[in-house]
Amino acid sequence: MDSHQTPIVVEAEHLRKSFGDNHVLKDINLRLAKGENLAILGQSGTGKSVLIKCMVGLLFPDAGRLLVLGKDVADLDDRGLDEMRMKVGFLFQSGALYDSMTVRENLEFPIRRQMRSKSSAEISALVEESLENVGLSEAIDVMPVELSGGMRKRLGLARTLILKPEIMLYDEPTTGLDPITSRGISSLILEVQEKYNTTSIIVTHDLECTRIVANRVVMLEKGICVAEGTYEDLRQSNDPWVRSFFE
Amino acid sequence: MVQGKGVLMGKAGGIYHAAALNDFFKEVSYLALFTGRFFREVLPPPYELRQFIRQSYLIAFRSFPLVGITGFIMGLVLTIQTQPILTQFGAEAWLPAMVSLSLIREIGPVITALICAGEVSSSMGAELGSMKVTEQIDAMQVSGTNPFKYLVVTRVLAATLMVPLLVIIGDAVGLCGSFVGVNLNGNISLHLFFSKAMGTLNFSDLLPAFVKTFFFGFAIGLVGCFKGYYSSKGTEGVGKAANSAVVIASLLVFIIDMIAVQITSLFFSQA
Repeated sequence: MDSHQTPIVVEAEHLRKSFGDNHVLKDINLRLAKGENLAILGQSGTGKSVLIKCMVGLLFPDAGRLLVLGKDVADLDDRGLDEMRMKVGFLFQSGALYDSMTVRENLEFPIRRQMRSKSSAEISALVEESLENVGLSEAIDVMPVELSGGMRKRLGLARTLILKPEIMLYDEPTTGLDPITSRGISSLILEVQEKYNTTSIIVTHDLECTRIVANRVVMLEKGICVAEGTYEDLRQSNDPWVRSFFE
Repeated sequence: MVQGKGVLMGKAGGIYHAAALNDFFKEVSYLALFTGRFFREVLPPPYELRQFIRQSYLIAFRSFPLVGITGFIMGLVLTIQTQPILTQFGAEAWLPAMVSLSLIREIGPVITALICAGEVSSSMGAELGSMKVTEQIDAMQVSGTNPFKYLVVTRVLAATLMVPLLVIIGDAVGLCGSFVGVNLNGNISLHLFFSKAMGTLNFSDLLPAFVKTFFFGFAIGLVGCFKGYYSSKGTEGVGKAANSAVVIASLLVFIIDMIAVQITSLFFSQA
């Protein structure tokens, strides 16, 4: 994808983030063009999740600049953050489903709060469409605790997609799932991208997911981007550390 | 050598005490900041009315059976234990008045508040703690909802309003228990019992006892939410949040009661 012709939707420059003496992000620079699927690979604790949490204002960088849809996240007030979050969906590693609510109520929650003008019939239609997209129409009235791991991930995805975000951030979307369900989730991510023309960042260590989904891959090591390219480029890299990740 | 060891142990103990003191003051300052945030967020819209009603219902519904049973037993036991002593002094007729004064001024509010500290504060700590662990609070935030307003403000307000209601119920059931207790060894009509019980109560008995229950409720809700909202990650963190919520809320109930007694005696000293 030629990033010079398509607009840049996420841009990080010299991003740093520390927790006490633990310097998680040391100097992150990356650009994400509209419509791109970027996978961020790296070992646990290298700051992948911290990076995408900064993008949605759950954490704030200590230094550097982070532009999301043209706005610096650090400069946004609460209202600005809420407006930005309507356009940026975040799929949590655990699904983060509200376990005191049914599947329907989980999906209605963001619409009722963000699209207050919608009627009950419109909300119901949106809920049904979202569940159909992820193949969970039959689970509409059950509690999240009754769902399997894969179904919970799909429901989390449906809840995130219901606001039709421009950017999707996936935090370990296939962790803890069997290979078949993982492939199903990866295909779903791709379908979503094609159907809604979303831009995605996928934080993962699942190489199969990366291969299926990503147009471009960035590798993080100790809070720094150490390699960047397509899946095949990195798989055949001359750098032994990068290559070892793919073996 | 022994002396040297003693010095070392003394130093280590000193460091331990200093760290514990530091942690205590940190906790107090965080709780103060949390309280400040509550007052900043309570008035501006949007108002989470549905969630507030739901929480009020849950608090009242969850605590009502325990408050009712405990209130009844309190009234009954207080009456049975006091009756022989008053009989010795020929003051048995004072029994309803004495029990109602004890129940309404002190025992009812404090015991009900302690039950709520155990029931409500711990469940708030555990619920918010597990929501934090499973990233539900973060999910709420990224879906454009202010989790503090939705989860904390509604729960604290609900506890502030429901604990006084539970205290009234507890007192009423306690008086019924006392009526049963009096009738175990004697015979008094319901009308006479309640006219004697209520006849001695003044404005200065009812008002302070009622007002302090709002503070009990506020403390119980606030501490439960504070411990849950800032619980450390992991299941151990959730357990600790629930446990420390009960301990701190119970302690605060006694501290508030002590302050309330001082203030009451200042304003109604001749009563």
